[in-house]
Amino acid sequence: MTSMRTPRRRVRGLGAAGSGTGDFWLQRVTAIVNVPLAVGFLALLIALSGSNFDTARTWIGNPIVALMLILLTFSAALHMRLGMKVIIEDYVHGTILKIACLLGNTLFSTVVGVSCIYAILRVSLSS
Amino acid sequence: MVQLTLPKNSRIVEGKHYPASRSANRVRRILVYRYDPDSSENPRIDRYDIDLDSCGPMVLDALIAIKNEIDQTLTFRRSCREGVCGSCAMNIDGSNTLACTKSIFDIKGDIKIYPLPHLEVVKDLVPDLTHFYAQYAEIKPWLDTETPRPEGEWKQSREDRAKLDGLYECILCACCSTSCPSYWWNSDRYLGPAALIQAYRWLADSRDEATGGRLDDLEDPFRLYRCHTIMNCAQACPKGLNPAKAIAKIKSMMLERQI
Repeated sequence: MTSMRTPRRRVRGLGAAGSGTGDFWLQRVTAIVNVPLAVGFLALLIALSGSNFDTARTWIGNPIVALMLILLTFSAALHMRLGMKVIIEDYVHGTILKIACLLGNTLFSTVVGVSCIYAILRVSLSS
Repeated sequence: MVQLTLPKNSRIVEGKHYPASRSANRVRRILVYRYDPDSSENPRIDRYDIDLDSCGPMVLDALIAIKNEIDQTLTFRRSCREGVCGSCAMNIDGSNTLACTKSIFDIKGDIKIYPLPHLEVVKDLVPDLTHFYAQYAEIKPWLDTETPRPEGEWKQSREDRAKLDGLYECILCACCSTSCPSYWWNSDRYLGPAALIQAYRWLADSRDEATGGRLDDLEDPFRLYRCHTIMNCAQACPKGLNPAKAIAKIKSMMLERQI
């Protein structure tokens, strides 16, 4: 069906949302923060390769290591949520489906992030 | 969701073949997209064999030769024939460019010509640019001031004037916007590289007094932030401009006013 709205009306839509810069900035900040934290995490994995659980528990019991892992989890989960949000906004156009996907994305990222942090705390505090 | 396959009546079929005359020496084949939405026929690709000895060196010359000498029903836009008006923007050999500045000799094999991608087709190589122009109008492409108009011109230092270089040259041919995948998927809400480089042209203008309002109008996840720095725009621009860089500068201005 041909729309009877004028071209200007169609371009304006509901107007500028007044947001976007926050997400854009946060995605870049988390990307930068993830680099040193991921390198540290890889170094930890290499150091622990071949070790048993007790050794791992001792390492993760170190407050600096535990803090690094929690920060990485938080930053990576946030980055993952923002990245997926952009993809959903790009490709999912139906309003209901889009809202469902955006909610699912937030829920998934939160569950993944909180689960990982819970695991880190449990291992760390049990050492 | 994104549509990945064409509906049945949009699938391209093989069209007519117009062979060159027997006396032709340097024959080159040109494949042209033909479609008339007013007819019930599917789009087709017609094949025209032209003699380069009786044709100018540019793709537009070939199209004009086809229209004048072979098939008068072929429809395309053209005006200045020297890369200034942007009318003859089309997809040639897989890239959006201007037919008047694209040399036939820069293309290997058959020359494939389609309309600019992802726009409604008015006929053959003529796309509907109504929405594109409405997006341009939306960025308010004029000097916006509150200060009473001076008796002479609005003054600008040489340094400030130099900031408009690489921006003011945009001829609004739409090659950039229609090469951008983000624009393909979200052109209803994303303004696209052409409108945004024009928006930055006014944001960068030292004489303009509406910078804050202009940024407010762009502060939107779709209008501005659909740009993912894919860079097709810069690659396609027949004037050698870089809309992606202008968009990045708009994003920098957005951040600058928050910190």
